[in-house]
Amino acid sequence: MIIELGHFALALALIVALVQSTMPLLGAARGNAAWMAMAEPAALTQFLLCALAFGALTHAYIVSDFSVIGVAENSHTVKPLLYKISGVWGNHEGSMVLWVLVLSLFGAAVAAFGNNLPPTLKARTLAIQAMIGVGFIAFVLFTSNPFTRLDPAPIEGNGLNPLLQDPGLAFHPPMLYLGYVGFSVAFSFAVAALLEGRVDSAWARWVRPWTLAAWTCLTLGIGLGSWWAYYELGWGGWWFWDPVENASFIPWLTGTALLHSAIVVERREALKSWTILLAIITFSLSLLGTFLVRSGILTSVHAFAADPERGVFVLILLSVAIGGSFTLYALRAPSMDGGGVFAPISREGGLLINNLLLTTAAATVLLGTLYPLIADALGLGKLSVGAPYFNAVFVPLMTPLIIVAGIGPLLAWKRADLSGALQRLKVAAGVSVIVLIATWVGNGGDLLSLAAGGGMALAAWLAALTISEWVLRVRGEYGLSWQRIINLPRSAYGMTFAHLGMAVLIVGVTGASAWKQERVESLRPGEHVDLMDYRFTFEGASQVQGPNYSAIEGRYSVTRDGQTIANLTPQKRNFSQPPQQTTEAAIHTTFVSDLYVVIGDADGTEGAFVTRIYYEPFVPFLWYGVLLMAFGGLVSLSDRRHRIGAARRAMATAPQAAE
Amino acid sequence: MSASTPQTKRWPFIIPLLVIAALVGIFGKRLSDVSKGADPHLLPTALLNTPFPEFDLVALPGREPGFVTSELKGEVSLVNVWGSWCVACLAEHPFLMTLKRENTVAIHGIAWRDAPEASLQWLAKHGDPYTRIGQDPRSVAAISLGVTGAPETFVVDQAGIIRYKQVGPITPEVWQTTLAPLIAQLKK
Repeated sequence: MIIELGHFALALALIVALVQSTMPLLGAARGNAAWMAMAEPAALTQFLLCALAFGALTHAYIVSDFSVIGVAENSHTVKPLLYKISGVWGNHEGSMVLWVLVLSLFGAAVAAFGNNLPPTLKARTLAIQAMIGVGFIAFVLFTSNPFTRLDPAPIEGNGLNPLLQDPGLAFHPPMLYLGYVGFSVAFSFAVAALLEGRVDSAWARWVRPWTLAAWTCLTLGIGLGSWWAYYELGWGGWWFWDPVENASFIPWLTGTALLHSAIVVERREALKSWTILLAIITFSLSLLGTFLVRSGILTSVHAFAADPERGVFVLILLSVAIGGSFTLYALRAPSMDGGGVFAPISREGGLLINNLLLTTAAATVLLGTLYPLIADALGLGKLSVGAPYFNAVFVPLMTPLIIVAGIGPLLAWKRADLSGALQRLKVAAGVSVIVLIATWVGNGGDLLSLAAGGGMALAAWLAALTISEWVLRVRGEYGLSWQRIINLPRSAYGMTFAHLGMAVLIVGVTGASAWKQERVESLRPGEHVDLMDYRFTFEGASQVQGPNYSAIEGRYSVTRDGQTIANLTPQKRNFSQPPQQTTEAAIHTTFVSDLYVVIGDADGTEGAFVTRIYYEPFVPFLWYGVLLMAFGGLVSLSDRRHRIGAARRAMATAPQAAE
Repeated sequence: MSASTPQTKRWPFIIPLLVIAALVGIFGKRLSDVSKGADPHLLPTALLNTPFPEFDLVALPGREPGFVTSELKGEVSLVNVWGSWCVACLAEHPFLMTLKRENTVAIHGIAWRDAPEASLQWLAKHGDPYTRIGQDPRSVAAISLGVTGAPETFVVDQAGIIRYKQVGPITPEVWQTTLAPLIAQLKK
């Protein structure tokens, strides 16, 4: 009964979304205030109905109602509660309901918090948001209905893929969806602005917090996914350039670009049509990601069950949404440009380079991901590109990006004098060169350590300049300086944290790529392996029982100079529902590096086990970097400028907030 | 972008539309192929039932023999295209080791776009299920085989004719439902 209520609620949500996508739009065109005003209650109702549908589905998973096909196929009574809940979005149908829920959540948030928006812009934005809703709710109802019953109902369900039974992955999809579905708001704002025929600094100020919120969630979501891959897949890697990962990373790149170009629109009213284009592209890429993952046209390790019929539906949605908005763009955008002129060396110039590099990076990742399809379609034969391609093109693009990210915030708007910043640049360059040489020589002076030195130097450059930019803003007499530290806008702190986070992330990427060590040995109880300064002794293995699996658990003690540092207990789990093995790596972190142990198969007699041991330097820095970047996003989001009315125009006085 | 000439050119604004139209065209074609039953995972008919292309691929240093097509003849074999950089290959690997242990069928490897040291290290770490391994650093073999991504596995019969191509990992399920029956039939 509850499940039918959920189904019914979703059907109602479709109708509400239909109304919301048409009436306010007509109202805005005709100046009918009553019709425009329908958007708000409609958006709130649509969200409530979607929440009801989602709640009903979650209930079915919690009580293990196997008369629902999705529950029977993906859940099991002995599964821990957390994984019963995460099972809701662990499959295609349920994850689409979550998708729709997040979409309507953002619509409702715009309705609830967008009090300072002009009525026509608000009505149009909500209408566009509802159009996306119509498409996706219809998609759920007509091609991927999670509420379908199964008769007769089985006694027991099939269980969730054990790889997915993990806290990191339980929260990964919701975070990711908050991120890339969140970009729908920027998209709706962009299309609404095209309809209005007006983009100004006020528009940019409204759109920025939504972009920032989506970006923060996406950053965390990608970070969680990477963290999961690191500790769950059991070989110490954290990024694979898999199509599914790329699908979330590409919108992150363009979303980051959007975040920066919106600043230029807000401050200088330049790059307007470019910013609109970025907002459309970013969400389009999220849609494209959904399409690629669901349609089965690309092969991936973690693809959902492929279904061409669904693929056709999403492709139609995709062409209508993206094609429609690009057509509107081609019609309206040419009359939109103009605004502030700027010299190449200026804050705007720096942000423009940032945008070009980020979008080029996004394009190369997209090209690499789609290459098999494009090559096939053009008759160039069947080919695909792997990690070597991505690493080869990505590093040369990121290097100048990081260099510019250091310099940009030191430049003034409109026309900057590089000589003013030159002193700082010299110091930072000096620091970087020292770091480069120290890393290079300190690690043997070979080619690999030179590359590692390059990475570390980039991180040092960015960190040094970011900190010096902050010092520049707050320095002064003791009391004055303190005042400035407190009064500096939150958005400025946001930038400082996010850029520092980037620097920390680069340290992690560089260190983890350059100095990872691994050893594979077959160990009998009592035998040991030495890696770096650590001695790993195998104490023995035993059978242990989990809630829905049994496991072989190995016990390893780690010592350094005779001192015990850690006892690690990696497991090899055997799930029966569905039958599958997973490896649970045991990780000891020193907060700078990780020691990572995986127990493999039993090797012959005498209780020997194949053991893989990894020394993973600087991997924790990846997570610190991601957290710091997301924290920067949150701090910037809390800036009061995003909450108060749009009228306040920042005065063009000395050093300005850099976001 | 900031060029504020009085009249802005209109044509650049149509580019995004053209790009997306091209992409939709490509996706649509692919989808229609897929729904016409042309499973993207299946071998294009061009190579099916034709002789395995002639190659003489160098062995990994210190790990003979290399891969020579003419030496495939006489037994049913699997030719597995793989790389140490490929996650799905790692996923597939334990099952190849099982096949090797059970001595079901000869497995040959083509180390695609990989540094020889990386390949050797990978094999040392995870085990070596292959009889012959040839290097294909420049995708010479991969291109003539129409490899779309790693791993891909070709089933070759006694006469050296390609009988099937598996795109993606060989899972126990794929093995039981498709490959094992096919190989049993070819061995007759």
